[in-house]
Amino acid sequence: MQESGNETVLDQKGMARAITRISHEILERNNGAESVVLIGIIKRGADIAKRIAEKLRAIEEIEVPVGLLDINLYRDDVHHKLDQPIIQRTEILFDVVDRNVILVDDVLFTGRTIRAALDAIIDFGRPRSIQLAVLIDRGHRELPIRPDYVGKNIPTSKDDRVLVRVRDRDQTDRVFIERGALKRKTSSEDNLSTNKTGEDEKR
Amino acid sequence: MKLRSRHLLGLEELSAEELTLILDTAESFREIIERPIKKVPTLRGVTILNLFYEPSTRTRISFELAEKRLSADTIAFTKDTSSVKKGESLKDTVRNIEALKINMIVVRHSSPGAPYFLTQCTDSNIINAGDGSHEHPTQALLDMFTIRRRLGRLDGLRVVLIGDIKHSRVVRSNIWGLKTLGASVALCGPSTLMPYEVEKFGVDVYTDLEKAIDGADVLNIMRIQLERQEAGLFPSQREYTNLFGITGERLRLLNDNFIIMHPGPVNRGVEITSEVADSASSVILEQVTNGQAVRMAVLYLLSGKKEED
Repeated sequence: MQESGNETVLDQKGMARAITRISHEILERNNGAESVVLIGIIKRGADIAKRIAEKLRAIEEIEVPVGLLDINLYRDDVHHKLDQPIIQRTEILFDVVDRNVILVDDVLFTGRTIRAALDAIIDFGRPRSIQLAVLIDRGHRELPIRPDYVGKNIPTSKDDRVLVRVRDRDQTDRVFIERGALKRKTSSEDNLSTNKTGEDEKR
Repeated sequence: MKLRSRHLLGLEELSAEELTLILDTAESFREIIERPIKKVPTLRGVTILNLFYEPSTRTRISFELAEKRLSADTIAFTKDTSSVKKGESLKDTVRNIEALKINMIVVRHSSPGAPYFLTQCTDSNIINAGDGSHEHPTQALLDMFTIRRRLGRLDGLRVVLIGDIKHSRVVRSNIWGLKTLGASVALCGPSTLMPYEVEKFGVDVYTDLEKAIDGADVLNIMRIQLERQEAGLFPSQREYTNLFGITGERLRLLNDNFIIMHPGPVNRGVEITSEVADSASSVILEQVTNGQAVRMAVLYLLSGKKEED
């Protein structure tokens, strides 16, 4: 994949620090991790949720359950697309009732993905709270949603594309920006078309 | 990966990639049925007509539940309580209902090709829920889904379809789907219940049950349509049971981990004994549960697909 000429905003060390800090903040705010469960949005949100769980294990020696959530069935643009997105399997093998759910995603942009995820989680039960952890907050919200834990805030233009690469999926830990990428894409093809590159086409 | 057509008329036209996409998507939907709230908002605003010109319990209820679990609005049409009684044609019936703004039609009809006919005179996405003795694609998809879930694969398995091959649309859809995904398919039944030119399916054909099931992984047992017995296609129910009935001792011939399937409704003691139907290797009720996931996947993948070209 061509990734040269892009602007790196978080390197491997920066990403590790951000995940460590988010993990500490989660423990602090929830007085430990006994009541905490993590739910990561497929795909890279789920990867980051697993990383936070590893970190929580290292810090507090506690095993925090991790669930994987596919939000495509809850999208608000399903009928605007030519082809349906591929549905991955949601795996939430624990009870969310009365737990503090930490919803994890890689990039927070318009907030529409998070809106979909909130609806999905509530279909599994009534948690005590849902808190939002994101590696990157890039702004441009279209819904009243704010994160509780942020790895890094990055000022972007609406046309920029923020790409997250994680060790377990991409063999490298890195976050970078392609300036103007979404604008180019809109003009050349339908930007709601299917996902050929394996990117998380979430908004 | 995507489906090429905006309709599901049969499995004969589908490629291995398309079949796998449907089965994989069904795998993801299977989990929704186990949730406390068995409903997702995906097809909100989509209206689906269930157009059943022939009786059905399993398929109709399964489609209706699948539609409701995806939050679609559904209308049930049954022939006997409609203006079909007054002589309204299929085309007029559908065009009138379509004028009420529907998006998808699930159709069962006694005439082969009725679903195709509907694609020519309406704008809705059409899903075949059984047309005469032509195809019943969602039944075969749920059969394949159940096999894949239990045995982990389809490729290289030996699947024997037993019973009334001639009248069975389930058999036809199974043949196409299983062959495309690499299973070895055999048919077994009395020669009077074999279709004309059966050899053209390109599968093994047996009239001797023990030879057919020797070394099989899956037995899919078709219902003997007792209503057709009047035509005298086999001498007696008792003779059929002796020659083709699946009994406990005949299962010795199968491979380890074999499974027994039946699309229902089961004639206990005719094509299968109660002992076998209720045994641990029988997946008959799993087929029913899986059917919902498969139908949800099909509805999801076809919904919103507009006219091509």
